[in-house]
Amino acid sequence: MNAPSSRPLRRVLLSTLTTVGGVLLLLGLKPHVTTGAAGAVTQSAAPFPTPSASGTSPTGGSSSASGTRTVEGDTVQTRYGPVQLKITLRAGKISAVSAVQLPDQNPRDQEIDNFAVPQLTQEALAAQSANIDTVSGATYTSQGYIQSLQSALDKAGG
Amino acid sequence: MAAETRLRRVEPIMGTVFSFDVRGAGPRATAALEDATAWLHHMDEVFSTYRPDSQISRLAAGTLALSACSPDVWEVLRLCEAAERRSDGWFSARYAGAFDPTGLVKGWAVERAAAMLSSAGADAVCVNGGGDVQVHGGRWRIGVTDPLRKGGLVTVVQAEGELAVATSGPAERGCHIVDPHTGRPPAAPLASLTVICRTLTDADAYATAGYAMGDRARPWLESLPGTRSFAITADGAAWTTGEQR
Repeated sequence: MNAPSSRPLRRVLLSTLTTVGGVLLLLGLKPHVTTGAAGAVTQSAAPFPTPSASGTSPTGGSSSASGTRTVEGDTVQTRYGPVQLKITLRAGKISAVSAVQLPDQNPRDQEIDNFAVPQLTQEALAAQSANIDTVSGATYTSQGYIQSLQSALDKAGG
Repeated sequence: MAAETRLRRVEPIMGTVFSFDVRGAGPRATAALEDATAWLHHMDEVFSTYRPDSQISRLAAGTLALSACSPDVWEVLRLCEAAERRSDGWFSARYAGAFDPTGLVKGWAVERAAAMLSSAGADAVCVNGGGDVQVHGGRWRIGVTDPLRKGGLVTVVQAEGELAVATSGPAERGCHIVDPHTGRPPAAPLASLTVICRTLTDADAYATAGYAMGDRARPWLESLPGTRSFAITADGAAWTTGEQR
């Protein structure tokens, strides 16, 4: 159903998505956050473990007598700028996640943060895998699929 | 680990490629995946505007009565009319005269295929039809491609339960979506428009209509209940509509 002529509305396009570099940067956010948080939960008496990857600052935290504690995750460089999240722990469980630092260099970045960061925040709470499962984008043709990110994901999934 | 099966399938359908990802699939869901792909190929035959013998081609040519078409054609016709109404004519299956529901069929077909798998007992279902995604159950992370930087993502949608993500954008070769009022490409085109709502029939039609509207889509999208959208404009700016968490 996809030839280029008689198609008034939804003729096809196609994006050729070749590299996953940008993706990995975006996804790089989460492992740092969960590493810090999970470590804090399970080793409450010990210093917070320092993630071994490319975060730029060590984790830090504070606690109160009520059993509520906050943990600041590593600052992670994303394609939109540095991102740092703060996690609040209550009785050993994550009760809130907020952003300490967000990219704000230009209006586009802010707009994207408004959408993307709440999603990422929720992911931190859900402690899900850092990988994306699938990709939405402008419709690709069968040819375009071959070079698409979705194709790479399908292959990786076996 | 529970004895759960994860099924993945890649299938060329409707001029693009459909990707299936089914978690927690038992024997019924495994069979349903066969049924769903067979059904999709059948719908490709029924709705293809490139096959002169398809029901849709014969309907347009006047050689097949609507009453003789399959109930699937009736349903799609009804859905097209609803989408046209809700978009004030910005979504149209009647541009250039003949009835051509192509702009709606793929999203509808993906939605139906995902529902077939879900109702066959699969725990979590993700069906991606050429970049338009419907999920059922489980948690899914759906990346949205960056229209201005190949290989990049502009955001990630975390889906839980039933959710659809559809993205419209310009073709690499020429225009694919036109303003149905003028027959021309949108006056102020977006680089891409992503619509997120419960079902892919709606998300896909809204993304198509909104893309045709161009920059004017924003207030309309804001008025749609239960719908969020994410747009990248031609100059790389972004805007969103809908409830922000």
